[in-house]
Amino acid sequence: MADAPREVWITGIGIVSCLGEGGDAHWQKLMAAKPSGNSSLFPPFIVHPIAPINFDTQIPKKGDQRQMDSWQRIGTYAAGLALDSAGAKGNPELLSRMDMIVAAGGGERDLNVDSVILTGTPQAANPAAFLNEKLMGDLRPTLFLAQLSNLLAGNISIVHGVTGSSRTFMGEESSGVDAVRIAHSRIAAGQSDIALVGGAQNGERPDQLMLYEFAGNCLKEPFKSVWERGETGGGFALGSLGAFLVIEAREHAEKRGAKPLARLTAVLSDRSNRKPGAATATLSRLWDKLKDKVKAGHAAVLSGASGAKAATAEERAFLEAQVLAANGDLAVRATGSYLGHGIEPQFPMNLALAVVALGHGQLFPPSDASGLETPMSASLDQVLVTGVGHWRGEGLALVERVG
Amino acid sequence: MASGNSRSGLDKFGRPLVVVTGLGVVTSLGAGKAENWARLTAGQSGIRAITRFPTDGLKTRIAGTIDFLAPQSSTAALAESLADLVAEEAIAESGLGTSGNFPGPLFLAVPPIEIEWTQRIEVGSRSGSNDKTTYAELIRVAPQFPDYHQRFMFGSVADHLAEKFGTQGSPISLSTACASGASAIHLGVEAIRRGETDAALCIGTDGSVNPEALVRFSLLSALSTSNDNPQAASRPFSKNRDGFVMAEGAGALVLESYDSAIARGARIIGILEGCGEMTDAFHRTRSSPDGKPIIGCIANAIRDAGLTPDDIDYVNAHGTSTPENDKMEYLGVSTVLGERATTVPISSNKSMIGHTLSAAGAVEAVFSLLTLNNQRIPPTINHDIPDPAILMDVVPNKARDARVTHAISNSFGFGGQNVSLVMGLEPA
Repeated sequence: MADAPREVWITGIGIVSCLGEGGDAHWQKLMAAKPSGNSSLFPPFIVHPIAPINFDTQIPKKGDQRQMDSWQRIGTYAAGLALDSAGAKGNPELLSRMDMIVAAGGGERDLNVDSVILTGTPQAANPAAFLNEKLMGDLRPTLFLAQLSNLLAGNISIVHGVTGSSRTFMGEESSGVDAVRIAHSRIAAGQSDIALVGGAQNGERPDQLMLYEFAGNCLKEPFKSVWERGETGGGFALGSLGAFLVIEAREHAEKRGAKPLARLTAVLSDRSNRKPGAATATLSRLWDKLKDKVKAGHAAVLSGASGAKAATAEERAFLEAQVLAANGDLAVRATGSYLGHGIEPQFPMNLALAVVALGHGQLFPPSDASGLETPMSASLDQVLVTGVGHWRGEGLALVERVG
Repeated sequence: MASGNSRSGLDKFGRPLVVVTGLGVVTSLGAGKAENWARLTAGQSGIRAITRFPTDGLKTRIAGTIDFLAPQSSTAALAESLADLVAEEAIAESGLGTSGNFPGPLFLAVPPIEIEWTQRIEVGSRSGSNDKTTYAELIRVAPQFPDYHQRFMFGSVADHLAEKFGTQGSPISLSTACASGASAIHLGVEAIRRGETDAALCIGTDGSVNPEALVRFSLLSALSTSNDNPQAASRPFSKNRDGFVMAEGAGALVLESYDSAIARGARIIGILEGCGEMTDAFHRTRSSPDGKPIIGCIANAIRDAGLTPDDIDYVNAHGTSTPENDKMEYLGVSTVLGERATTVPISSNKSMIGHTLSAAGAVEAVFSLLTLNNQRIPPTINHDIPDPAILMDVVPNKARDARVTHAISNSFGFGGQNVSLVMGLEPA
């Protein structure tokens, strides 16, 4: 289209994780600089369980809560916080034309039914018939609705009334990056005025531990920050978290009197095949499109590094060779040390945390014995957010202070 | 390029005009456009008794399975091989790019990917547990199955396609439930209209006929239980319709800007004129009784095409054969078309191929474009007992030649998902 791209503002954030709920709770924990994980739920693996939440405040109907599993409750709750933050809650006119892109994984399992089938199968006279009988008889009929990837979005529509459009992206970390990228592109091009974008994960799921442990990805005791895990084989700790942003065209926000929390200047993504060096090269190409916008001195990096060995090493190589080299003492922070790895919503969460840091005008302290993270005392105007998938997907975004 | 030429490449709203230059399709009726179109217009059904796994104890034992390809070990693997097939066909027809280098992004509608019982039992068996088998045992032996990590990543199918066909950028895997295929096309249209790309590869694929997926729909009472006569089980708009029939398939479209297609002398199969969506917040599986979101979705698509309801002369129905869908779709279509609702032909491909779920929107967009190209409408078969509450020309049982200039294809899904696409022929 011939028109110049429209400026995109972030006007609402809603976050919940092991650190608590909302920007202030996250900021306090990040400022305390004492990351830790939980190794008692699924020993020897480390996870980051969700902080206690009173779901009633965002999902008032118990019937709605019952129709959801944890990941959907976390996400619907975080989406409500974001709508509140943007001043959009309970505004039917605005919500009816609000677009939505959710980054989602898959649904939860009935662990007891799975165990009954696995335990009974070896003794069953007809294993296939046994499987059919147990699935037909033991699965609760509405479990499917708690499993379907697009039913987080569906629940947000039902509970909060967001009905302009509803799209769900899948594909692990990339889905979170691309959800924001597409929502941003649509607004910049005038295809959309306002969008709710984000996702949620329940990281306290043994079936997910199995999935990632197929590749030996799951972090075992002892806990270390993400940059310090490479020598011992790397790994990520699954984290329960939900993160949503409300983003909108500047002119749209101004018209309705909404204040900008930050500017979402650019969101870029790509896919490399992850041959050695490929992710570093892809990140460098994406960085080439952004580097002229980043001013040394008042910028920092919020990294989505998971701790997965190869991916995190490639991201570190990129940061050291490209970003730090060009910008002197620019500070880096990996939030995964605190939050664990949220997979799909990790990138939206880091965008939200960039907003929180910009709101405080400063960065939180380093927490990394490997030496990559260094203190930053200057005021903060720009945050480069990275999202490097544990096996695929590279993304960068630039979030900036407005005014 | 002369300014006169570039003007012609814009639609009524000044956006790049989006055309279709390649199509690929596979369903239970066969592989490729030729075989599918021949059997579809002959009114043949691809629904059959399930033989892929034992169906003892299941309420529904029929599906539109694809059994003529090499057996695959999972839904993910089958969805991937179906997508391969249709991408190959569509890209070859378009003649766009070079082998392994497609000059645009990939938008893939794909079923949720998950480890299935075959693998879960295999891993459980490796654990050697003599007592109760829990996930703790599975996790302990999981690293012995490194290939399962990549296979059961949600992004794995799109990743494979991106690598094989050399699509550009980060491939998008998406789900809007049973509207997914249409959403993939919608995303491609939007990317071209933004001027981000001159082309996009849009695919919907599904190979979900496995025991747990079947049981899930069965427990929601969504499936036909007409097991004794599989070919007559899918009866959209009939009074005695009793649920949908799960099916497998894939559809692919190469979308291109009009200017790009003209510049390289490509054959334009049709125009992707408009896309509409509207979310229904009424219920997780049921439509708002007033039909407003469906009505709004259809109206949005027609408006986005720069047309009026009077311009629509064929409706490719979502037409699942569930009591709920067909009733609500009738309400939506008849409200938008008004007085013409009784005369504009509407037919459901699902009467023959079943419900291809994540693929349906793409498969049925391919069939809508073939309908436009052939000026022939595939029938709604098994239409022996019309529903007296549905007063539409459903093209009962026999294909029909007709003048079709603008077709609309509807896709509706769980979670309040509604998407409609308007397609047309290039003006002479």
